[in-house]
Amino acid sequence: MKKSVFFGALTVAGLAAGAAAAATLDDVKARGKLNCGVATGVPGFAAPDAAGEWAGFDVAVCRAVAAAIFNDPKAVEFIPTTGKTRFTALASGEIDMLARNTTWTFSRDTDLKFDFVGVNYYDGQGFIVPKALGVSSAKELDGATVCIQTGTTTELNLADFFRINNISYEPVPIETNAEAQQQYLAGACDTYTTDASGLAATRSTFEAPGDHVILPEIISKEPLGPLVRHGDSEWGDIVRWTFNALVAAEEYGVTSANVAEMSSAPGDNPEVNRLLGTEGDLGAMIGLDAAWAKNAIAAVGNYGEIFEATIGESTPIGLARGLNAQYTNGGLLYAPPFR
Amino acid sequence: MTTLTDPPAESFKLSMLVYDTRYRAITFQILALLAFLTLIGWLINNTAQNLADLGKEPSFAFLYAPAGYDINQTLIAYNNQDPHIRAAFVGLLNTLLVAFLGCVTATILGVLVGVLRLSNNWLIARLMTVYVEMFRNVPVLMWIVLCMAILIESLPAPSAFRGDDATSSMALFDSVAVTNRGVYVPEPLFSRGLGDISVGGYFEISLDLIAFLVVLGGGIFVSRQIARRADAQQEATGVRPKTWYLRLGAVVVPLLVLMVALGFHLGLPELKGFNFQGGTYMRNSLIALWLALSLYTAAFIAENVRAGILAISKGQTEAAAALGLRPRRITSLVILPQALRVIIPPLISQYLNLTKNSSLAIAVGYMDITGTLMGITLNQTGRELETVLLGMLIYLTISLLISAVMNWYNSRVKLVER
Repeated sequence: MKKSVFFGALTVAGLAAGAAAAATLDDVKARGKLNCGVATGVPGFAAPDAAGEWAGFDVAVCRAVAAAIFNDPKAVEFIPTTGKTRFTALASGEIDMLARNTTWTFSRDTDLKFDFVGVNYYDGQGFIVPKALGVSSAKELDGATVCIQTGTTTELNLADFFRINNISYEPVPIETNAEAQQQYLAGACDTYTTDASGLAATRSTFEAPGDHVILPEIISKEPLGPLVRHGDSEWGDIVRWTFNALVAAEEYGVTSANVAEMSSAPGDNPEVNRLLGTEGDLGAMIGLDAAWAKNAIAAVGNYGEIFEATIGESTPIGLARGLNAQYTNGGLLYAPPFR
Repeated sequence: MTTLTDPPAESFKLSMLVYDTRYRAITFQILALLAFLTLIGWLINNTAQNLADLGKEPSFAFLYAPAGYDINQTLIAYNNQDPHIRAAFVGLLNTLLVAFLGCVTATILGVLVGVLRLSNNWLIARLMTVYVEMFRNVPVLMWIVLCMAILIESLPAPSAFRGDDATSSMALFDSVAVTNRGVYVPEPLFSRGLGDISVGGYFEISLDLIAFLVVLGGGIFVSRQIARRADAQQEATGVRPKTWYLRLGAVVVPLLVLMVALGFHLGLPELKGFNFQGGTYMRNSLIALWLALSLYTAAFIAENVRAGILAISKGQTEAAAALGLRPRRITSLVILPQALRVIIPPLISQYLNLTKNSSLAIAVGYMDITGTLMGITLNQTGRELETVLLGMLIYLTISLLISAVMNWYNSRVKLVER
């Protein structure tokens, strides 16, 4: 097994030669579909639905990029990646972009040679505990057994949090969310920690979600966002501005329902006109056709629509917009101008 | 009259490399070797080139940066500010621990099952057959996951021990707590301990343990001397003196004296806060992995043992019986010495398999070398190639060491033919 990993690494690194050299957009167009790395299954963020189609908050970003390039949100090959395999998959060229609740950190951006194109979810690490435990603050967790997914920033934050507060804990490393859930529900750990959004998603699948509380402490900043390889800025631009288009669309009231009508003729907001390609030629600047943003919005809806349909308060995940509201509503979402 | 002339001296021509059967085989082998080396060289060169293009030149400097993560089971002192290399070492010790425990248990269990499968008792023999076939024919990963699931789901959580109406209680006079997080057993403590000795500043070894081992070794040595003297007496007079109490005393009495001198007492686990505190904590990740690896490998060892015993013809047993040896002595003096030389070589492979299979530890969250160096460290530093290469090197070293030890043992027990 060790040997196959080694040769696997060699071959992957070998194949990367071609991928890194050519422009990613040309590769994607030649292939006819986008290879997008997603999580192996986080309800609301990325999971196959009843029909086997991938759906979710992160998946929507992939579909938007595919729609911007091909005008076809289905021209995506979803490649499930674990916390461990995701960076290798992206660095080697197996996937063109990664949209998998990945935290934007300094070392990932620089040392690991990736480019984060934006933040699609402002998150933070939290703890979930059974109500019966009678714990109301994470600082009361001295001596607790903590289930934790390995290969994430989570375990470093956890180590820091307990060190700073001078309390001890017993880490139980877990490979996947499903196993963590099993151990947590069986009482093999007192608490489970990961991004608060992930905790809410996981709790929604419990038999009795009301018996569990998410503690108020958020012990880290976890800006989650899509990322691409270093070195192909043109490709990074396409993913970045496709995402920005979704955010701007919400700000200007462009929805999947009215985008066809609004893009049929120039309206009275020049920003919207430039976004939808009825004025100027922004599409050509990034190597796409003029209707790129219109296609993306028509396919998946604007940021607000995606949020409400996948993880919003009307879904079982039940997340409030919070920091992820538009800046006009007290949130952090702020798309740069389209001009 | 005939003249004998030497055959014309053949000059070597290049075409002979292909057309002359004397050279052809070698020519093709050299060509194949060259092609193979070129392929390897191309792969290595290509990898190095691509890593350089990605701006990731191979470097092992990351090993000395602080690891930043915690490990639950540490056999040596470790905290999250220690460097990655120490985290890797902690993982290595965990690998060695589970491999050692697994090999010992698998051997004992395997020998037992192998012998029982040859039993004349129909039920026992069939049960052992079922055991062997079940465990050998299902991937070990599933046994590991199953063992873990059973431990987690069937045992009580620590909270079940709490309160006045606790649903669970500790076993063996309140000294052992069996929970779904692990088993807490009493730990040996010394109130007048000798302290620790630091080895090169890297880790510490308990002097108490060393003293204990030295006294134990001395006791065993004395005990063997007594046995040897009994042998000599038996040969001279034909009567074997009773020595078992002397031999037992030689081992036990000095140990008892040492334990009293050091102020030996047991530290009992006690429910405090979320978990039991005190005592020795065997996490269920270790137990599940140990159990699954032992059960799985024991099935293979049982077959090796059975093969070894069946390889000795029945005539040997009958001849030994005719000489008046008792069944136990027939096994230890006639059958086993001969069976061992069939058993040992495949046994080495089983030990190696068990050690390598222990890399599946991450399935149950056991932090072995795969979980630390090739798991979290790889992930936090993004140094795939370096960590995987280092990991391979470590497994290779462990395996070669096991092989070396077992081969030495094999050369000792193999039949000396005269």
